[in-house]
Amino acid sequence: MILSMKWLSEFVKLDDSVTSRDYAEALTLSGSKVEGWEKEGEEISNVIVGKILSVEKHPDSDHLVICQLDVGKEEPVQIVTGASNVNAGDIVPVAMDKSTLPGGVKITKGKLRGVASNGMLCSLGELGLTSHDFPYAIEDGIFIMQEDCKIGQDIQSAIGLDDTKVEFEITPNRPDCLSVIGLARETAATFDKPLELHTPVVKGGAGNITDHLSVEVQNPELCPRYIARMAKNIKIGPSPRWMRERLRASGVRPINNIVDITNYVMLEYGQPMHAFDHKFVAGGKIVVRNAKDGESITTLEGVEHKLTPDMLAICDIEKPSAVAGVMGGEYSGINDETNMIVFESANFKGSSVRLTSKALGLRTESSARFEKGLDPQMCMAAVNRACELVELLGAGEVLDGCIDIDNTDHTPHTIPFTPDWMNGFLGIDIPAEQQAAYLEKLDIKVEGDKVIVPSFRADIEDKADVAEEVARMYGYDKIPVTTISGMARGGLTDRQKFDRLAEQTMLSCGLYEIYTYSFISPKYYDKINLPADSELRRSVTITNPLGEDTSVMRTTALPSMLEVLARNYNNRNASAALYEIATEYYPKSIDELPDEVPQIMMGMYGAKYDFYTLKGIVEILMDRLGIQNWDVEPQHDNPTFHPGRCADLLVDGKVVGVFGEIHPKVCQNYEIGTKTYVARINADLLYAAERPEVEYTPLPKFPASARDLAILCDDATPVRDLERAIRSASGKLLEKLELFDVYRGKQIEEGKKSVAYNLVLRAADRTLTVEEADNVVKKVLKALDAIGATLRS
Amino acid sequence: MKGALENIRVTAREQLAAANDLARLEELRVSLLGKKGELTAILKQMGKLSAEERPVIGQLANQVRAEIEQELADRMAELKDAAMNAKLEEERIDVTMPGFKSMIGKTHPISLVLDEMKDIFIGMGFSIVAGPEVELDEYNFEKLNLPKDHPARDTQDTFYITNNILLRTQTSPVQVRTMEKQAPPIRIISPGRVFRSDAVDATHSPLFHQMEGLVVDKGVTMADLKGTLELFVKKLYGEDSVVRFRPHHFPFTEPSAELDVMCFNCHGKGCRLCKGEGWIEILGCGMVHPKVLRGCGIDPDVYSGFAFGMGVERIVMRKYNIDDLRLLFENDLRFLDQF
Repeated sequence: MILSMKWLSEFVKLDDSVTSRDYAEALTLSGSKVEGWEKEGEEISNVIVGKILSVEKHPDSDHLVICQLDVGKEEPVQIVTGASNVNAGDIVPVAMDKSTLPGGVKITKGKLRGVASNGMLCSLGELGLTSHDFPYAIEDGIFIMQEDCKIGQDIQSAIGLDDTKVEFEITPNRPDCLSVIGLARETAATFDKPLELHTPVVKGGAGNITDHLSVEVQNPELCPRYIARMAKNIKIGPSPRWMRERLRASGVRPINNIVDITNYVMLEYGQPMHAFDHKFVAGGKIVVRNAKDGESITTLEGVEHKLTPDMLAICDIEKPSAVAGVMGGEYSGINDETNMIVFESANFKGSSVRLTSKALGLRTESSARFEKGLDPQMCMAAVNRACELVELLGAGEVLDGCIDIDNTDHTPHTIPFTPDWMNGFLGIDIPAEQQAAYLEKLDIKVEGDKVIVPSFRADIEDKADVAEEVARMYGYDKIPVTTISGMARGGLTDRQKFDRLAEQTMLSCGLYEIYTYSFISPKYYDKINLPADSELRRSVTITNPLGEDTSVMRTTALPSMLEVLARNYNNRNASAALYEIATEYYPKSIDELPDEVPQIMMGMYGAKYDFYTLKGIVEILMDRLGIQNWDVEPQHDNPTFHPGRCADLLVDGKVVGVFGEIHPKVCQNYEIGTKTYVARINADLLYAAERPEVEYTPLPKFPASARDLAILCDDATPVRDLERAIRSASGKLLEKLELFDVYRGKQIEEGKKSVAYNLVLRAADRTLTVEEADNVVKKVLKALDAIGATLRS
Repeated sequence: MKGALENIRVTAREQLAAANDLARLEELRVSLLGKKGELTAILKQMGKLSAEERPVIGQLANQVRAEIEQELADRMAELKDAAMNAKLEEERIDVTMPGFKSMIGKTHPISLVLDEMKDIFIGMGFSIVAGPEVELDEYNFEKLNLPKDHPARDTQDTFYITNNILLRTQTSPVQVRTMEKQAPPIRIISPGRVFRSDAVDATHSPLFHQMEGLVVDKGVTMADLKGTLELFVKKLYGEDSVVRFRPHHFPFTEPSAELDVMCFNCHGKGCRLCKGEGWIEILGCGMVHPKVLRGCGIDPDVYSGFAFGMGVERIVMRKYNIDDLRLLFENDLRFLDQF
């Protein structure tokens, strides 16, 4: 909402000392947020009114003329112009030497084809105006002024370009503030000044409306109130300058007197108005009804719209002539031939206007107001104001009477007045009378123990709403600052600590945290080689996505991780190691919310990384999270991974994740030209796993015996089989088992490998004898022998 | 004999001073003090002396012996020090060479800021609550006083899954779910991802993060709201931050406010950073609307509360001077490594 300060001053007189900045700050703090302000004509300086004394031909040019001008100084000023519409005696805007014009234009004196020119004569455009502002002037020539002004006067005051426009951000609960009067009320309350409202007075006397018009409202739910008034002998022409100035300052383009009046009233009262040409109201009857299937209307902007039965239309006895609250029809609109008009001042249900305007893709000043819910009790004042203006402008003669189809309840809404509760709720202490006085400033009356809510404040429903009015009039800044009392059980939950620990562990393993989108393209499932019948292809689908790339909620975060790895590879980052705790979304039935499961995602590429680096991080993670009963199982069938370099992660015998080298085909799909390693581990399942409390074990009192064993076995034997055999054979005495070398090649038979282990044996209660240690080794060798592994000789 | 002792004393001193390594010192020790050494040889002749001379010479001999032992020890220490200094000199390195770094990852800037904010509220006794991102319309809108035809719904361009299921546009549904489950006192924050159908550009993303907070108890006032949030802002932006509360409108709070902090750059005068306003908007807040409380089964005549919410990315971008929101979701290491 753009407010003209000149217009505002008709209703509230502010002290001269109040600057635009003071005004903006005060209104912002009392609840009407000011987005900015602009002084009209601010960019114009040193442009004054001049009178052309003479026009002579330029000696060296066919299209230039030399003008002598009286600009109110002792000497006339000589200016050369190329315009052809200037004559002696014309009053024109003169940009003097060292003047400025809109758009940063600077004018200085100079010579045009050898003749001195001490400034410039201005067109409307050069002053930032159009012929809508001055309908008598032409746009492609000098602005020949017909204004009542003095020679030498500043152009701003001469043509009324000296208003200040203040732009407000009005919240949707305050449609009453989408009007000059609404903002004047807020201004008066904020500055503690009287609000001077005016009651429209209509002379009438040009016949009776009921002789020409009838109105039927078929859907009172969508149209609670409809008022029509008429005028005849309409003389279409430009509206007066003061009206055009106010419209222009409010960002509305002046058209003609009748259209301008409807816009003026809308801006002043916040009540959208419409004017029909009576001649096109077939049957002299206005019917407010839902549109019928197949009906359409060509609206004022010349576009045909198909209407549907859920839309409310203003019709005559035959067809729709306006979309209620949105826009009028082209056919029944005001034109130069209009003789008799019908003013509509109605109230339409906000949600209906909103849906209709959305469906038609038509958002207008009118619909923007109606959809927020307007006061049905202002229709009468608004229509009377329009008729008053018709008379004031001499634009026509107003008929007596009005048609008012009123299905609204005029009983004011009341709320208990609870000053003590208010003080307690806000944390302030102001007496009841003071609270009432704050409310009265906003035209909210307090009578006894009741707050009487005026009809234009439908947003005030409850005592909390009344509290807000008191609080903002008192000043939010004056409310004290206190701390909440009482203890509270704050802090992280076990789960949050678990997640933090997992993240800290990955960070200390060198992984960088990433953030990826939760939605992906369904095509990404192909990119990770997911089979056509995979259950993971069933995803939660967005019905109105921005694009295919972000149209389904991911059932696997693998594509998200791979995409980031690919981007880094593509940006020539030599290596990358990343993690994210990423949510996946698994659909359930159609009306159930999906399961949202956090997955620990890790991904890496680069010279430092291979399968075992990734596995090492997984192992550290298990250790730090206190998960003991975990294991890995080779996984040959996961289509995203290398069939020989992929493993499932098992906890308590259940698969909780997968990790390994990405399948070269998948890397190709992502255009990653290097080996890439990714892990995906279900964080919920990890958290659910048994994680025994840490318990201290006393430090050993007796020395350990160490034995190194080099074991020869088939190359295909997983070392885990060797380890299992060693562990079960050595029993309690085995304190630590460490693989320190794997060797293939010289001195080793083809198809075999040598695996070297370091065994640390220890008893808690004694020093082991050599025999005891040797005995363990014997048992170990026997167990290894059983699985075809022997001591390397 | 006395002369012989004096003689030993003098020569020993010269010899020790001339000794340049530990081996020579050992030789001298043996030749001077050893069983076959010069001093021992003299002491062996003590028997020949008269009873008067014996104590005098004995005392002198012990004195000479003690002196030689002392000088031997001093010289030994001197030589050891010299040897160590020579070794240390040899071991000199270029301390300006770069150190060896172990690879440690870095936290994403969104998490850095979120963690900081969480820690501030945890310090005030808040706990952290999460909720579903794919949410029911009922929780995202209706129970927050935003019925189906409410105009404010238009300002939050929503991604829909079905008519009743959507991607949450705010973290506020977590407040509703908490109030339904937990009886007051409630003191929670709910950070998380939210979704709006905004096309991607330097300042918009269809996915971003919010952090909301909720306090419900007997006797919670608007003054408490101001105190809590002012404390939060001062912890986040420094004790000298200046804040103001400005009336605003949210459907789920009444009274509602927006909290501005005085522009750090121009201190309220108005500059490019604050778009001439002198203030920067940080968060929205207000007293929980009685309808919302009632809808969650909490009696607004007994309990009151306040709620607040803020966009995390904007705070992140301002903190690190990041001018393009897309960087946060591109995850280029050259970007991530800067934090």
